[in-house]
Amino acid sequence: METIVFSLLNGVIYGLLLFMLSSGLTLIFSMMGVLNFAHASFYMLGAYFAYTVTDATSYWFALIFAPILVGLVGAGVEKWGLRRVHANGHVAELLFTFGLAYLIDEVIKIVYGRNAVDYRVPEALDFPLFTLYGAQYPAYRIFMLLVAVAMLVALWVLLKKTRAGLIIQAALTHPHMVGHLGHNVPMIFMTVFGVGCALAGLAGVIGGNYLVTDPFMAAYMGPIVFVVVVIGGMGSLEGAFVASILLGLLQTFAVSVDASFADLFGWIGLSSATEVGRITIAQLAPMLPYLLLVLILFIRPRGLMGEREL
Amino acid sequence: MTDMTQDYADLAPSASAKFYGRILPILLFALLVVVIPFLGPSRTMYSLLNVMAINIVFALSYNMLLGRCGLLSFGHAVYYGLGGYCAVHAMTFIEAGTSPFWANFPVFGLPLVGFAGGALAGAIIGWPSCRRAGTPFAMISLGVAELIAAAGFMFLSFFGGEMGVSGDRMNGPQLFGLSMGPVEDVYWFMAFWVVAGLLGMYAFTRTPLGKLSEATRDNPQRVQFIGYDPTRVRYLVFIAAGAFAGMAGGMSAVNYEIFTPEAVSLIPSGFVLIMAYVGGIGYFVGPVLGAVLLTFMQSMLSDYTEAWLLYLGVLFISIVMFAPGGLAGIVFGLAHTARHGETGTVLKRWGGQAAGIGLALAGLIVLVEVSTRWSNGYGEVFEPFGLHLTFTNPLTWVLIVVPFAAGVAILRRLSREEDPA
Repeated sequence: METIVFSLLNGVIYGLLLFMLSSGLTLIFSMMGVLNFAHASFYMLGAYFAYTVTDATSYWFALIFAPILVGLVGAGVEKWGLRRVHANGHVAELLFTFGLAYLIDEVIKIVYGRNAVDYRVPEALDFPLFTLYGAQYPAYRIFMLLVAVAMLVALWVLLKKTRAGLIIQAALTHPHMVGHLGHNVPMIFMTVFGVGCALAGLAGVIGGNYLVTDPFMAAYMGPIVFVVVVIGGMGSLEGAFVASILLGLLQTFAVSVDASFADLFGWIGLSSATEVGRITIAQLAPMLPYLLLVLILFIRPRGLMGEREL
Repeated sequence: MTDMTQDYADLAPSASAKFYGRILPILLFALLVVVIPFLGPSRTMYSLLNVMAINIVFALSYNMLLGRCGLLSFGHAVYYGLGGYCAVHAMTFIEAGTSPFWANFPVFGLPLVGFAGGALAGAIIGWPSCRRAGTPFAMISLGVAELIAAAGFMFLSFFGGEMGVSGDRMNGPQLFGLSMGPVEDVYWFMAFWVVAGLLGMYAFTRTPLGKLSEATRDNPQRVQFIGYDPTRVRYLVFIAAGAFAGMAGGMSAVNYEIFTPEAVSLIPSGFVLIMAYVGGIGYFVGPVLGAVLLTFMQSMLSDYTEAWLLYLGVLFISIVMFAPGGLAGIVFGLAHTARHGETGTVLKRWGGQAAGIGLALAGLIVLVEVSTRWSNGYGEVFEPFGLHLTFTNPLTWVLIVVPFAAGVAILRRLSREEDPA
């Protein structure tokens, strides 16, 4: 029971963090048709910017300004980079973001060094909030939960209740028609790209000190975020949400399961002395998202809630 | 009606065009490969050339997918790695010499083992992946690459865990009198297989399947109309590409005598993508140029600067943004304008572009080099030509901003002249 409650809480928080990353990616992907390989790099930028801003001022400034900075960088990348490459097709766009991820990684390594930086949870939030089954639960995780939920609500209101959201939704499925109606579609693209990157940056600000802030955090998160977008389905924020929570729970629970293949498949004669039998479920946890990705692409290419195929 | 009934013999290239366009370049390449040892290269040069040979085959095999078939793969190193692992295991069998087949198998032939291993892996993994093209294919290749990379640390008997699997190439029967011990012997081994691989992959582009793979890239629907199954074409090309990647893995197994799970990870997969794209995916020789340049950068530039990966990233992004044809595209474009443009204006424009790129690069290099030394914290200072460039020296900033701005201004002006709209 204890494990289940803790895994549930941690899984939901991890899932919400994934959703913060993937919501922007889904919007960008469905609008421009380009999977942004550098999206997780913006998440990393968010964490590093927050580290610098926290050093100079305080965490609360960082919480606001780091995502804005990341958003500006993202908008600049769209305006001066991606838009130029657009004429050469989707593969060129994908490769551009691939190269960009490479570049951001290297710049971060030069500026901040190869080792993890000391980006810590702010002191005001560094206390155990409550005790569950004799174990203390850190307040910062609940703070992450609150920030993520606030972002979720804000995004939902923006997309579903405002005029800007209406135009964005229309541009998701019918960009040409929106252009014909007189809206500045490149401007919408740039804004969405910027806001998407800012959301990733926010995830970096609150996730960087919870996980770890090092130059490899983008390479670790990047593929998982793709998995979320593909599983959730193109153009579907709801799908991305469900997929994020699903993956968050799946990975957290898998880590806490202390069973091996031999325990599971002992009934068909798999012994724990063999190599396959020795593999534990916890070992499999990092593989699960990719397994799910490959399966989804075979069985249901449009994802859980996607409106059209990839 | 008369202009419709064209004689097809007219459309076919003449015998001399065929010779100059197809046979001569390969002959020259083979000649170059044979001549190099007589120039007396150093040991370092030999090992660099050996790695180049591996990367040429690897990058060409990647281009069978991306350039020829339009399949963007993020996991091509999986086939390189699996083929290489098969070859390393075969090497240990040769060393043990217990089975009569392996005891008589020359190390020289190990790329064939890699070839078979890569083809088998391609046949198994490709069957589900090739059912989709475009972005789904790219995503599946990424997922598969992550899965195999994770499996690398799970199945110790095949992948050998963190230690990898190692062998010894100086066993078994000798072929062509090569003991395979010294690096010169390994060079001849590489020379043989790089020419064989190049020939094989070039021959592949001339087969009906090679032609169909290009047709599938351009218009899968029309391929279906004329009665072929694009999925099947993709699958067969995928197997062939996997096989040649495995061959490169086999060459690498002989060169390094060790394979670790890192060989199947995303890093070499990304590197081969960059090699092929920087070289130019639209041309057969493109990946060869890319492999040569990037291998050179990897081993030489990394001695001079820690930031060589940053330069690599800048190179890649510049190619994607400004020269989608890659190096081969630039070379052929220059040759074309040299032949058809007025010599004076052409030279002037080339000079301007070269100056612009050079100036912008100089500014960038100063910025990067000063930054790396500053972030190291060892107190080293970037001192080119006796200058003392620290982070606080105003001269440093002048040397960064002025050349960069001047270079970009020249390039912008040239592109505006070229394209007044």
